[in-house]
Amino acid sequence: MNTLNPRNKKMALLCAITFLNLSIFAFAGEMKEVDTTGNKQNRIEIKDFAFNPQTLTVKSGEKITWINRDEEPHTVVSVEKQFKKSTALDTDQEFTITAGAPGTYTYFCSVHPKMTGTIVVVKS
Amino acid sequence: MSDYISHDHEHDGIDRRGFLQCMAWAGTGLLWTISGGVLVSRTLAQIAKAGAPLPATDLSFLQISDSHIGFNKDANKDVTATFQIALDRINAMPTPPAFLIHTGDITQLSKPEEFDTFDQVFKSCRTKDVFYVPGEHDVLNDGGKLYRERYLKSVEAKGSGWYSFNKNGVHFIGLVNVLDLQAGGLGQLGDEQLEWLEDDVKGLGADTPIVVFAHIPLWTVYPDWGWGTSDSERALGYLKRFGSVTVLNGHIHQVLQKVEGNVTFHTAMSTAFPQPAPGTAPSPGPMKVPAEKLRSMLGLTSVQYKQGKTALAVVDSNLS
Ligand SMILES: [Cu+2]
Repeated sequence: MNTLNPRNKKMALLCAITFLNLSIFAFAGEMKEVDTTGNKQNRIEIKDFAFNPQTLTVKSGEKITWINRDEEPHTVVSVEKQFKKSTALDTDQEFTITAGAPGTYTYFCSVHPKMTGTIVVVKS
Repeated sequence: MSDYISHDHEHDGIDRRGFLQCMAWAGTGLLWTISGGVLVSRTLAQIAKAGAPLPATDLSFLQISDSHIGFNKDANKDVTATFQIALDRINAMPTPPAFLIHTGDITQLSKPEEFDTFDQVFKSCRTKDVFYVPGEHDVLNDGGKLYRERYLKSVEAKGSGWYSFNKNGVHFIGLVNVLDLQAGGLGQLGDEQLEWLEDDVKGLGADTPIVVFAHIPLWTVYPDWGWGTSDSERALGYLKRFGSVTVLNGHIHQVLQKVEGNVTFHTAMSTAFPQPAPGTAPSPGPMKVPAEKLRSMLGLTSVQYKQGKTALAVVDSNLS
């Protein structure tokens, strides 16, 4: 599972951030087993060469899923390489990541770079 | 479209303006001739009716594009079959082309099995030499590694796969503009490739005919749909001094044409599926047309060069 991380600016913070993300990951994993689907569905549809919604606000630790509804392959790639990019998504294929630390994450489709979107992660 | 050429330099009574206006979109075969830097055209049907083969020339080659092997949606459930039809047309040409240029999107999803299918079907083509440039669909998950391993064996490729070669006094340049694309941007050549290009053409005389081919158009067709290349101006700057420059692109699955000074820009049809004319649909995705119309919107482009005449003839012919 991929986790969102804002670009680290200070090496001093690295350990703390890594630790934080590990806890979030473990937390998210536990929640999945208990199936708290009371969480809102963080879904982004890719349709007509656009991400919908173009900006999505999620809480730290929540999952975000992109689904491609076009007949054309698309990708989800972090502009600042803050999270692992998707492979090319064919029609109806999905890509899911878990939101990490709070911050603003911009991404685009590397096949059709005109397509851009933003994820805003807030504290859970 | 205001960019179509309306001059008649051949004085043979064909209303070229009419043909260009309606047939470029319909994808019907046209013969383009560059004469003194100006394009004129004549239909393939006209040539066929006259019973005459295409004029003998020193070099004829063929452009094939956007085969999208692996695509299986409504716009064309069998792209392998239409690719095969295109190859059959090549095999049936009275004067076989010296070589082919494939302007990218060989596959739909860059899958090894899609490349395998392409290679397998291609074996039936009598013309064996092919010069490739990649489309964005050929470099989806590996930055083009598999593409380069398979399709650059006969050239001395540099960087991410660009190269040049000479045939019959014509200088051919294959460029890569589908890699390392930037968020919000268009197709891109990049500094390294541009520097190579500047150096590549440095020693050539201005009368050397130049043919440049790349997947995404090297002119701004429709930026809202990403149909252009952000740094193509710089590339064209290096080619400004040449008397005859022909730019062959794919990507947009339809014939479009523009002339700017000595430079002729031309985009080819796909062998897989058509795409909408710029701005006429919510997105540039595959366009579904009635089954009986599909093959009239797929096709090939034939190009002929006559040595010493600075003349290139460019023929688009459809698969119907
Ligand atoms: Cu895309």
